[in-house]
Order: sequence, then C-alpha cells, then structure tokens
Amino acid sequence: MIDGLNPGFILILGALLVPLTSGFIRSLLVLALPVLGFAQMISLGLGSWGVIDMLGLQVVLTHIDPLSRVFGIIFHIAAFAALLYSLHVKDTVQHIATLIYAGSAIGAIFAGDLLTLFVFWEITAVSSVFLIWASRTERAFRSGVRYLIIQVTSGVILLGGIALYVADTGSLAFGPMELGSFATWAFLIAFGIKAAFPLLHNWVQDSYPEATVTGTVVLSAFTTKLAIYALARAFPGTDLLIYIGVVMVIFPVVFATLENDLRRTLAYSMNSQQGFMVIGIGIGTEMALNGVAAHASVSILYTCLLFMCTGAILYRTGTAKATELGSLYKSMPLTAFFAVIGSLVIVAFPLTAAFASKSLILSASLKEGYYFVWLFMLFGAVAVIDNIGLKIPVFGFFRRNAEKDPAPVQDAPAHMLLAMALLTGLAILAGVMPGAFFSLLPYDVSYEVYTASHVVTQLQLILFATLAFALALRLGVYPGLKSAINLDFDWFYRKAGKSLAITTGTLILTVWTAFINLCQRGVAGVISLAVDTHGDGKTMSRTVSSSAAVVAIVALFGVILLVAYQF
Amino acid sequence: MSLVASHAPVLAIIIPLLAAPVCAMLRGTTFPWFLTTVISALSFAVSVQILLTVSDTGPISYMLGGWAAPWGIEYVADPLSAFVMLIISGISTGVLLYARESIAKEVPPHQLGLFFSAYLLALAGMMGITVTGDAFNIFVFLEITSLSSYVLIAMGEKADRRALTSAFQYLIIGTIGATFILIGVGLLYMMTGTLNIADIASRFDAIADTRPVRAAVAFLIIGIAIKLAMFPFHVWLPNAYSYAPSIVTAFFAGTATKVSVYLLLRFIFTIFGAEFSFGVVSLSELLMPLGVIAFLSMSTVAIFQTNVKRLLAFSSVAQLGYMTVGIALASEAGLTASILHIFNHAIVKTGLFLSVGCMVFVAGSAYLKDLEGIGSRMPLTTFGFVLGGLALIGVPLTPGFVSKWYLVMATLERGDFLGYALTAGMLLSSLLAVIYIWRVVEVAYFRPAPADAEAREAPLSLLIPTWIFIIGSFYFGIQTTVNVGFAEKAASFLMGGL
Repeated sequence: MIDGLNPGFILILGALLVPLTSGFIRSLLVLALPVLGFAQMISLGLGSWGVIDMLGLQVVLTHIDPLSRVFGIIFHIAAFAALLYSLHVKDTVQHIATLIYAGSAIGAIFAGDLLTLFVFWEITAVSSVFLIWASRTERAFRSGVRYLIIQVTSGVILLGGIALYVADTGSLAFGPMELGSFATWAFLIAFGIKAAFPLLHNWVQDSYPEATVTGTVVLSAFTTKLAIYALARAFPGTDLLIYIGVVMVIFPVVFATLENDLRRTLAYSMNSQQGFMVIGIGIGTEMALNGVAAHASVSILYTCLLFMCTGAILYRTGTAKATELGSLYKSMPLTAFFAVIGSLVIVAFPLTAAFASKSLILSASLKEGYYFVWLFMLFGAVAVIDNIGLKIPVFGFFRRNAEKDPAPVQDAPAHMLLAMALLTGLAILAGVMPGAFFSLLPYDVSYEVYTASHVVTQLQLILFATLAFALALRLGVYPGLKSAINLDFDWFYRKAGKSLAITTGTLILTVWTAFINLCQRGVAGVISLAVDTHGDGKTMSRTVSSSAAVVAIVALFGVILLVAYQF
Repeated sequence: MSLVASHAPVLAIIIPLLAAPVCAMLRGTTFPWFLTTVISALSFAVSVQILLTVSDTGPISYMLGGWAAPWGIEYVADPLSAFVMLIISGISTGVLLYARESIAKEVPPHQLGLFFSAYLLALAGMMGITVTGDAFNIFVFLEITSLSSYVLIAMGEKADRRALTSAFQYLIIGTIGATFILIGVGLLYMMTGTLNIADIASRFDAIADTRPVRAAVAFLIIGIAIKLAMFPFHVWLPNAYSYAPSIVTAFFAGTATKVSVYLLLRFIFTIFGAEFSFGVVSLSELLMPLGVIAFLSMSTVAIFQTNVKRLLAFSSVAQLGYMTVGIALASEAGLTASILHIFNHAIVKTGLFLSVGCMVFVAGSAYLKDLEGIGSRMPLTTFGFVLGGLALIGVPLTPGFVSKWYLVMATLERGDFLGYALTAGMLLSSLLAVIYIWRVVEVAYFRPAPADAEAREAPLSLLIPTWIFIIGSFYFGIQTTVNVGFAEKAASFLMGGL
C-alpha cells in the first residue's frame, strides 16, 4: 500500500472513478473502496505520515493512534455496509457523494492537525448535503440548504477558532485543550454543532428524515460521530460536557416519544444516545473514554441497522409513519428479525454490543462519583427502550393496524438484507466476546462486563419499560404525554425527570423561539436595509453623475487636508 | 546578454513604447495582435530577468542617457517595483494569448492596429510608473496609461454604446486624479527642489512640518485613491469594467489598479516614510475605514448585480479594500499581505474575467438572465469560473486563502479589539463573496438552459489561456514560496530599506 496515504483519500479519489463505470463493475468498485481503505489503515499501523511545513506551521496529513483507529475501523465498516445497502440505487450522484462523504469523514479522523481536520470537515459538509438533495423534492431541497448553512457555519467557526488558536499558540497541533480562550470556545461550538448539542441539534431531525432511503443510513453514521471523536480528542475531562451531555440525553426523549415518523423518532433517539458519549468525554477517565469509543462504534452499528430496517419499510411500502404501518412481520420476516435484533442492541440487552459499551460509561460515572449523572443516564436508557426498542418493532412490524393493514409486500432486496445481516452479526459478536471488542479500544482497562449486578439491573430496566409500554398500548394512551407520566409512577426518578424535562424543555423552547424570532427579525432587517441601500440601482451601486463624483472628491480632499494640517 | 542585462530597466519600457507606433500602422487582424503579444512577452522576459537580478544583488539603478541621479532621470528596480513589473507584464502576456479571437469579435478589423497600439502604450505606461525613480516621470507615465486606457475602454462601443459614456466619465475623474498627483508632485518639488524620489525622501524630514508638504500629502493621497478606485472614489470603475472589451477588462483588472496600489506604497513608505505617514499624519485612521467599508459595502453591492462583469468589478473594489487595510495596518505583516494580495488577486481576477469573456464570446451577453444553464452549455468555461470563484472567496489551497490568511495574521497581530473586529469583518466579507459567486453558480447550473440555446464551448484559443490562469492560481495557492517569498522581500525592503 502507498506509504502514509490517508485512507480517506482512497475513498475520495475512488469516488472520481464511479462516473466512468456502470452495472456490475460499479458495484464491485464501490464495495472494493472501503475494503481497500481498511487494508491501507491496517497496513499503516500507528504513527504519523505526510508532515509538511506550510506557511511556517506543521501540517500532518495522516496520524493514526489508538483513539482514531477505533473510529477508523467502524467508519470503514459503516461505509461498506451502507454502500452494500445502497447497491440498487442507480443514482451516480448518491454513490459519489456517499464515497466522498465517508472518505472525508475517515480523512478527518486521521487528520494530524487542525487545518487538515478543517478541510475534511468542510468536505463532509458539502458532500453529505447531496444525499439530502438526492430525494429531489422541494422539502428535501429546502431542508438540505438549511443543513448546509448550519454545517458550513460550523466549519467557519472552526476556521475562526484555528486562526485564533494559531495566533495564541503558534501551532496547529490537535490535542487536548483547556476551555478558556476564544479559540477553544470556538472549537467547542463548532464541534457542538456537529455533535448536535441541545439547542444546536435541530438540523439532525430536520434533515436526516428528508434524505433518501439510503442517504439517511449513510448520514447517520458519520457526521455526529466525527464530532464525538473531535470532542474526545480535544476536550476529555471538561466538566461542562457532563452537564451538556445530561441535557442531551433527556432533551430529545420528549420529542422522540411524540413523534409519529419512525425515521424521525430514530433521529431523536440517536441524538439522545450521543448524550451518553458526551457525558463520557466529560468524565474523561480512561475507562470513560474507552466507553465513548465503544459506544460510538456500537451506536453506529445499531443506528445504521435500524435506519436500514425503517428504510427497507419505506422502500417497500412508501411510508415510515407508525400509524400507517402494521403486521409487516408476515411479509417482511427477515427485516423484522433484524429490526428486533437492532432493538435488542439499542436497549442494551445482555449479549449485545451496546450492553458492553453502555455499561462502560455507566460504571465510569459511578466510579467517579457522578451518581446524579448516572441516574439521568438510566432514565435515558429507559426512554430509549420505550421509544425505539419497542416502538419500531411493534409499530413497524407486529401491531395490527386498527384501520387496515397495508397491502402485503415483498421482503427487502437481498443486498439490503446482507448489509443488515453484517451489522447484526457484528453487534452480536461484540456483545458475546466483549474481550476482543475491548482490545481495540484506546486504553488498556480491565473491565468485567457480565457481572450479576450489571445483567440484573439491565434486565430489570428492560422488563419494566416493556411493561409500561404494553400497558400504554393496551389502554390506548400511547403516546399521550399525560398518561405516560401516570404510568411512570413507580419509577420516581422517571416521573420527576420526565416532567422536569418537559417543563424545562417547554420553557427553553419558548425562550429559544422568542430569541430566534428576534434574531430572524434582526437579520431580516439587516437584509432589507442592505437591499434598500446596496441593491441594483440603489444608492451604493448607482452610477453617479460625474459632477456629483467630483463634488465628493473635493469634499473628501477637504477632510484629508484638515487631517493633514492638524499636527 | 550583459548589454541587455545592464539596460534591462529601460528595455522593459522602451520596447512596448517604440512598438506602439509600429503597431498603429499595421493592418489586418493577425499582425497587430502578433506583434503586441511578442512585445509583451519580451517585456515579461526582461521583467523576470530584472526580478531575479534584484533578488540576487539588490536594487538596480539606471541613469537615463548617462545623466547622474539627482539631475538626470533615474530608473530604479527594487524588490517591490520588480515584483509589480512581473505581475503587469505577466498578466498582459497571458491576456494577449487570449486576445486574438476575442477582440476580433468586439472591435472593427480596421481599428485593430490602433487598438493594440493603445494597449502597448498602456503597458508601457504602467511598467514606466513602476520602474521610474523620478516623481515627475510618474505623472508622465500615468498620463500615458490613462489616455490609452480611455481609448481602450471606449473601444467597447461596438457591443454596448454605454462604453462611450463610461470612458468619458473615467476621463473626467481620472484627469482630476492625475492633476491632483501633479499638484502634489509640484508642491514637493517646490519644497525640495528635486524630482528624484530618493532625493526627495532624503530631504523629506527637514520639511515635513511645513504646510505645503501637508497639502502635497492630501493631493497625492486623493489623486492616487482615485486612480486606485479606493472606496468612495470607485465610481468610474464598475462601468468602465462592464462595458470595455473583455480582454481590456481582464487586463486592467489585473494591472491598472494594482499599479496605483504600488504608487500608494511608494509614496507612503519610500517618500513620506512610515513614521510620518502613520505617526504624524495618521493616514492609518483615514485609510482603514475606507478599506473596511470597501470590502463590506462593495461585496454587498456585488451580490445584487445582474451583470457578471459588473459583479466582478464591484468585487474588485472590495478586494482593493483588503489591500488598503493591509497598508493601513502599518506593520510588516500587513504590508506583506497587501503586496501578496496584489499578485494573488491579479491572477485570480484575470482568470475570472477571462472565463466571463468566454461566456460573452459564445452567449453574447454577461447578464445573468442570458447565462441560465450555461453550466451545461459550456461546462469547461463554467467550471473554470467556479474554481476562480473559490479562489476569490479564499477556500484553502487557493491564493485567495493564502493572502487572507496573511491578512488575518496581520490583523490578529495587533491583539486589540480593532484587530478582532477586522478579522470578523473579513470573515463576513468572505461570506458575502460566497453569496455573490453562488448567485452565478445557481444561474449557471440550477436553471434550465433556454430551449433554443445550443451547447457550444468557447474556442480553444480562449479556453487554454483561461485555464492557464485558473490552474496558475491554484499552483500559487499550493506552492506559495514564489509569491509569498517575493512579497515578504518587498515588504521588508519597504519597512527596512528607508
């Protein structure tokens, strides 16, 4: 393999070949590229390559260490699975966008300095928007534009931060930093936008469900996890992140419960799961960071898997709305099976990967004495059981639709099933053999996953959450908010937490909406002012008569003369 | 060769100057163009020679007619003037490669000899302004440049008769500018009794506190600012650039205003001295706001333009704002950024105007409404425009990024609130640039082409030079040793070599 070539380049450059191919060759090419990239990454091992002096600063094109390697592995797997899943797509643009997007995300993971990171950061933004636009609807176009604006803003803030950081330290090195200067705050905000911090999160739910069936799968894997990686690299042990993470776990839960569209529900839940990782970064111990890396990997596996299942439903039936689906297990048995496994993973059922990864973060928080945080995470875990673990299989596949079941359809195409099987297999494998999984993690920490207390706690959570869900369905009150609170009576912290979340959520939303409205009005004012003064044929762009120009010249000459005379 | 080398500074001027009358007598479409291109290339070769010599052995001084310096006219090639000469002759040669088919369509054949004769005079004039070490000579060459440029702009008359009024307006305002410069030089002559720049500079401190000198400063700054199209003296520029023939616009966008930036640098740093300019007269406080308004306000104006040439013209005024701010920072870093941007903007903007020229050649108009779907009709040209646009915005790996980076470093170096505010302003202005480039991209790629429009690329004689500039600009964005190296040398010469 080419020595020191950033594996991301293999995917990006390979994408340029895609338009030249078609049919079977193209399928072969798009599947070969992630494999080649993976091989390149493995053959490189650990270290730094491509060190260049640019404008007196050190740029490192490729840098692989244990932390970036974990993300690199899972990104390659996700890219491969997503491409396999989207083989049926005949749209060249989507293949190219997927490859460039995945390639630049991998490139960003292996970027050794801030400038390289920025370049890849922007490429991910620009390439991924084509996956949204590929839906070719007016809604998707608008949503894509909003997505692009937010993503590019994140890049601009990052660039601003880099400029300040270089001015402060004279170095482009990308390593742990202290919050305190303008530069580091800019980094935190730039990363926070991509990581979908609370109040910066709207782009996720806005854009992901608008993308194409395959586009959502691809999108869900990279952008937010790239941000998690960047946070883990730059801000481990920053206390602020713990609190942000807690809000992040709780905040999207409310919306997820109320959401009818299954893909949108998933987007909210994914957001909530990100919160776990942000908390882990905030705790910042070796064990917590291991948990972050592990949970990010697992989260990519199950999020992709579940987006694949809901995508397959959408592909076959044309809708992903819970109220319009039902009894699909008869016609799509294999997809239903994978969805159930995916749900088991997301609820962290023992013997699945998320059980191993989530308990790492939970234990780390207990070990550092963050009991409060631990409780919130438990609440988040329960919420995810209700929202995803049960909602998707039940509403999507098993419940009989009260009005009428949709017409029987075929099961998902073979390549989609293969992609789902691949992710399912990995998720189970990592859960059954946590030792092998943990050996890939950045730090060497001995940790026993399958202790009695872990298993029992988790099973208890799952059982009671299931009970609550079943009762809610039986009584016909799901997803009414009010009854949900009644149901949660026996889980004190759930009730308190939930109503607290709802009250504060509503409050924050009100203030936020008012603030946004104010800003929008301000921006609209500035724009209309600019149009009035700078528009075509308006004051600033009018061709003034020569005599007026001469008068202006003489007037300014007078001013300069005064300035010059004044000693 | 040694004879050529020892006469290099004067050769760079005299060759185009003498070729101009010859050119005026030539008839036909090919001969005048061919002669002009050869002459310009020779001039470029001499400039390269001068720049290499200067960077090896230091400034070259040439006595015209063998008369010793303060009495005779002296030509001085120092790191700054050699660098600017290279830019002028290089841009001119590149544009001329493109000119043959393009200009034949815009100017009647029987006027081509006269057209290229005026072109050579403009080239000679700009080279002369740059290399001369004599203040009055600057005025003479300035007039040569101005008169020929009024002619060149008026030549756009065949395509759009508004070229005539814009040339006339440029004539009025440009003449005022030149007169102001003449008055300023006259006042300096009155006080020092000499016209030699080095001589004036050495006597300047003694007379700095007198009223006539203060008046001279005001006259010179305003005069140069008019020529430079510094906001708010830019009124002549958008019309002149919009209605002039394509190659004239491309040539002037890369050179004419840059020469005025050179003059500003020369007067502020060499003659007045940085200490007087910024310490005593506080030019910094004067130029800074003008530069900032220029890059914010003019970028905004560019967004609303309906004519791509006019849009780029306003963007030029905005870019000149960056250079003004770089000068007004009064630091070596700011100066480096400013000089670097002279080079980078010249190559980028010329490439952009050339690609618009290709569109005009085929589509017959530079109005956005006539360019709908041009991306699919002329894929190569439009892609070139997009790449040039990226360079203008300042995306990494382009020269625009390099000069903006240096400028941001220079503003941050101040470390005060103003520095941060300037940085924020520049980022905002870059965002505005994204918007105005995007408007063209949207029209070119996302609007359907009119049904009757045929898909046809510009001829290769237009495409190749355009792409030379586009690829060249990326080359200088990645391999920055050449442009950054010379700019740094010139800046440290100006700051230290006083």
